[in-house]
Amino acid sequence: MIPSSFEYRRASSLAEAITMLGEGGDDAKLLAGGHSLLPLMKLRLASPTVLVDIGRLRELSYVRDGGDHLAVGALTRHADVHNSDVVGREVPLLAHVAGQIGDPQVRHRGTIGGSIAHGDPASDLPAVCLALRATLLLAGPSGERQVPAIEFFTGFLETALARDEVLTEIRFPKLGGARWSFQKFNVRAQDWAIVGVAAVRNGSAGVALVNMADRPVLATGVEAALAAGASPEEAAAHASDGLEPPSDVRASGEYRRHLATVLVRRALEEAGA
Amino acid sequence: MTATEATTAPGSAGAVLGTRRLRTEDPPLLTGESLFVADIKLSGCLHLALVRSTVAHGRILSVDLGPAKSMPGVVAAFSGADLKDAWAAPMPCAWPVTADMLSPTHLPLAVETVAYLGDAVAAVVAESEYAARDAADAVVVEYDPLPAVIHLEDALSDRNLVHEELGTNSSYTWELSPDPVAVEAAFAAAAHTVSKRYVQQRLIPSAMEPRGVLVVPHPYGGEYTVYSATQIPHILKIMLAITTGIPETSLRVIAPSVGGGFGSKLNVYAEEILAVVLAQRLRRPIRWVEERSENSVATIQGRGQIQHIDLAADSGGKITAIRVKLLADMGAYLQLVTPGVPLLGAFLYTGVYDVPAYSFSCTSVFTTMTPTDAYRGAGRPEATYAIERAIDALAAEVGVDPVEIRRRNFVREEQFPYASVAGLVYDTGRYALALDKALDIAGYQGLRDEQARRRQAGETKQLGIGVSSYMEMCGLAPSRVLGSLNYTAGGWEAATVRLLPTGKVQVVTGTSPHGQGHETAWAMIAADRLTMSPDDIEVIHSDTAMAPYGMDTYGSRSLPVGGVAVALATDKVIDKAREIAAHLLEAAAEDLELTDGSFRVKGSPTMEVALGAVAFEAFSAHNLPDGMEPNLEASVHYDPPNFSFPFGTHIAVVELDTDTGQVRLNRYIAVDDCGNQVNPLIVEGQVHGGIVQGVAQAMWEEALYDDDGNLLTSTMIDYLVPAASELPSFETASTITPSTTNVLGVKGVGEAGTIGSAPAVMNAIVDALSPFGVTDLDMPATPERIWRAMAQASAMAQAEGEA
Ligand SMILES: Cc1cc2nc3c(=O)[nH]c(=O)nc-3n(C[C@H](O)[C@H](O)[C@H](O)COP(=O)(O)OP(=O)(O)OC[C@H]3O[C@@H](n4cnc5c(N)ncnc54)[C@H](O)[C@@H]3O)c2cc1C
Repeated sequence: MIPSSFEYRRASSLAEAITMLGEGGDDAKLLAGGHSLLPLMKLRLASPTVLVDIGRLRELSYVRDGGDHLAVGALTRHADVHNSDVVGREVPLLAHVAGQIGDPQVRHRGTIGGSIAHGDPASDLPAVCLALRATLLLAGPSGERQVPAIEFFTGFLETALARDEVLTEIRFPKLGGARWSFQKFNVRAQDWAIVGVAAVRNGSAGVALVNMADRPVLATGVEAALAAGASPEEAAAHASDGLEPPSDVRASGEYRRHLATVLVRRALEEAGA
Repeated sequence: MTATEATTAPGSAGAVLGTRRLRTEDPPLLTGESLFVADIKLSGCLHLALVRSTVAHGRILSVDLGPAKSMPGVVAAFSGADLKDAWAAPMPCAWPVTADMLSPTHLPLAVETVAYLGDAVAAVVAESEYAARDAADAVVVEYDPLPAVIHLEDALSDRNLVHEELGTNSSYTWELSPDPVAVEAAFAAAAHTVSKRYVQQRLIPSAMEPRGVLVVPHPYGGEYTVYSATQIPHILKIMLAITTGIPETSLRVIAPSVGGGFGSKLNVYAEEILAVVLAQRLRRPIRWVEERSENSVATIQGRGQIQHIDLAADSGGKITAIRVKLLADMGAYLQLVTPGVPLLGAFLYTGVYDVPAYSFSCTSVFTTMTPTDAYRGAGRPEATYAIERAIDALAAEVGVDPVEIRRRNFVREEQFPYASVAGLVYDTGRYALALDKALDIAGYQGLRDEQARRRQAGETKQLGIGVSSYMEMCGLAPSRVLGSLNYTAGGWEAATVRLLPTGKVQVVTGTSPHGQGHETAWAMIAADRLTMSPDDIEVIHSDTAMAPYGMDTYGSRSLPVGGVAVALATDKVIDKAREIAAHLLEAAAEDLELTDGSFRVKGSPTMEVALGAVAFEAFSAHNLPDGMEPNLEASVHYDPPNFSFPFGTHIAVVELDTDTGQVRLNRYIAVDDCGNQVNPLIVEGQVHGGIVQGVAQAMWEEALYDDDGNLLTSTMIDYLVPAASELPSFETASTITPSTTNVLGVKGVGEAGTIGSAPAVMNAIVDALSPFGVTDLDMPATPERIWRAMAQASAMAQAEGEA
């Protein structure tokens, strides 16, 4: 539980963070809430040589109404997302899910940007980004670019982020009264989901899964079935189409497939078929 | 700091006991003022880190300390071979249960072979914790791997040996079979039999404070002060003397604030011995604080048994015999009381029932996993689990309600004191009373009706109701009984009570609390007898220099043994004070009564002298009765005449999600009887914590190893210790049936919750599953295990339907 030694640098602006990342080289890492990174470092599963702390960049902690979308700053903590009135009104799915993450301590340290940038298939917010077709804003030495969430997660803990890029903002389309559901299956309330489902029905359907692959994924089989007019139960049968869910001490891949079917059905029923 | 809910003011004898006094321990704990080992900072202190085996089993080919020694801040590094002659004796096992028990030599640092993942192979000492950890990581150890031995039945086969030199993996076989012929006859004549195999999975005792030790050498005085996060400072001192060769008179052991133990700190560990020896060599203070992930592998684990239990019963479901065969997992080595744990359960497989014939046998095997040892309940939760699960199976077999089968078999109130077939004499018990009360609180019939309704409607959420009626033996223990079981030490406890010149009181106890609230409770016991306020009483403990005699805290012994010793020592002091008061008042001692902290002459209440004044007289010694020694102090060494036998009934109500296999604990009702209660608030606290640990075994916790002996649940992400959010508010109540074998009428309560709860929960889960054809389930009842059991039962039903 004692990390290897590392150099600690604190960025006082976004530009400085990007510069520090560049100077840090291959083993430099951003530190936001630290609630994914520090546990890995304490177990010595990660040993970055330079930590660039962006935790004090308060200018990246915000929720803004962008007209057709809601813009959330990457350093907004889960608790702030959960408690935000405008998130609750415009993207209630996001507010709800942020309140389901870990425990109060985790929600008061962890940030939305950290959660998404980490790219953990077991995390909840990436599924929300996928289901809602969110857009991510990344800032690097050569400026800013936008990446659709559905193109962002590229492998196990791997994302479209370049080594010297910072995720700055996440844009969620407003739900505008669309029905939604989030099904999180876990054994202890504070835990990551064994399997989770985020679903929204807004004319078309967005359905994404937690912990069903090596990365956060869309339930493409389900979305396609729904588009073809399937009932929730019929669509749910396609929950794990094309997916290789992991097997670990919590659950076998086989059981995860079963859970995905049950949870997708429940999610679709709740979100209104 | 006298926060108290007590409504009765101290004054007359008996006014303090039984009141809900808030714990005086809590304010310093809650504000962070209490000092734990890791909080004690000494300048010049060195830090110890251990290099632990990364394989479960193997020969050590080489240990290269070179890279570590050259790192900044490193003071010294040692391999097991470097220190193999440093030990005066190997690591102690105090319970050689049979004369022919096999035990491998166990040294603090492994020399030739490692036998479990986490076995310490080298030690690094550095100026800081960080330098020590980095250097430990730099030590290169090469192993020639040997096969891991993980499964108990495989261990028993001796296919692969854990310790080649022993020639077998079996450590011992221990039997308790008073009348084998009667057992065979009962089975031959039985109308019903039940034969079950239950698995007690390994558990990781997860005390909030991991272990830690700080050794302060006094090189010019030749002494060592050892601060350890231990439950047993007294036993540790003796064992450190034996294992290091340092005279007992040069060792002082202090257990500062200790953050829980649950048995895991009832041990003598390699790190403690190592720290003393290294402090001796390096002549500097040495500190070792366990990391959380180390705690998963290097601290003893609990349970680890395969239980075979057979019941024979007549046509009415009355049990006529019980036969038990255990296979117990010792782990890689025998720690302090490892082999004795199954024996603590051996006497309890007849449960709360009047059973005429019984036989028990336990074979214990070595495996290549962390050593097992006592974990909350130690042997008794296992025994209770087996009988309480098996009697539910018998109820199903006979076709009666689980409540009814229990009633038919209870030891009845008029049978107490009850001589059990296993050789115990139970002090007191009203088993049916506790059951009735629990049923009443639960609204049992209403629950059964609701269950029937949901079954009828085929709802996704099905109810399960589980009952467990338990009794246990605690208050370890009559020394002669321990002797007859080959335990090396006694089971007495010591107490000293002093009245100080200013009228305050010191109570010195040999128990060593680590969360139980002895400071509050012992002060209440003394205050109650002295007719004083507990606020005027100080309780001294856990320091062998200030409380030289003691057998420490485990086995729900502290109150029925240590608390009773405090009561008896208080009475002795009062007797002497009475003599002095009589002398001062020129009255006869037997005419004096003690109320409100003063002796008064019966009938002439104006003739009085305060205890404080008596204490000052005893201190100044100007005017004492002829021949009387000064001061008011009395000591007692109390050896209990018997165990105490608490009991109760627990009822669990679970809700099963038939789609996912997920179970939620909806309600939990516990009626416990621990005799007279010194402080009901503390009793409730013990019951609540105990229940959580038993429920956790039933539903969540398991130390899971792969076939290579790697621990798969080594972090608190994978090892599922529950939090409040997983549990309902418990509905607790008590009945009070005083013990007749001690002056306080008390029984232990530290383990009762754990002992009663796992079977209640599993019975409830199996009850919920029974309409789906599932008749049994192993712990922990994970959603996947339940889903598989349901799928398997439905596949079987289908196959039968087709056949
Ligand atoms: C006990 C516990 C329980 C938890 N339970 C859940 C749960 O139920 N569901 C869930 O979803 N999560 C859970 N988490 C994870 C939690 O939500 C984390 O806080 C979150 O995943 C990471 O956010 P962070 O701000 O802490 O990131 P950090 O740990 O600081 O960083 C994580 C990674 O992202 C990178 N990073 C951080 N910010 C940025 C950025 N702006 N741009 C680019 N890269 C960045 C870092 O370099 C690092 O690699 C849990 C964590 C703990 C400790």
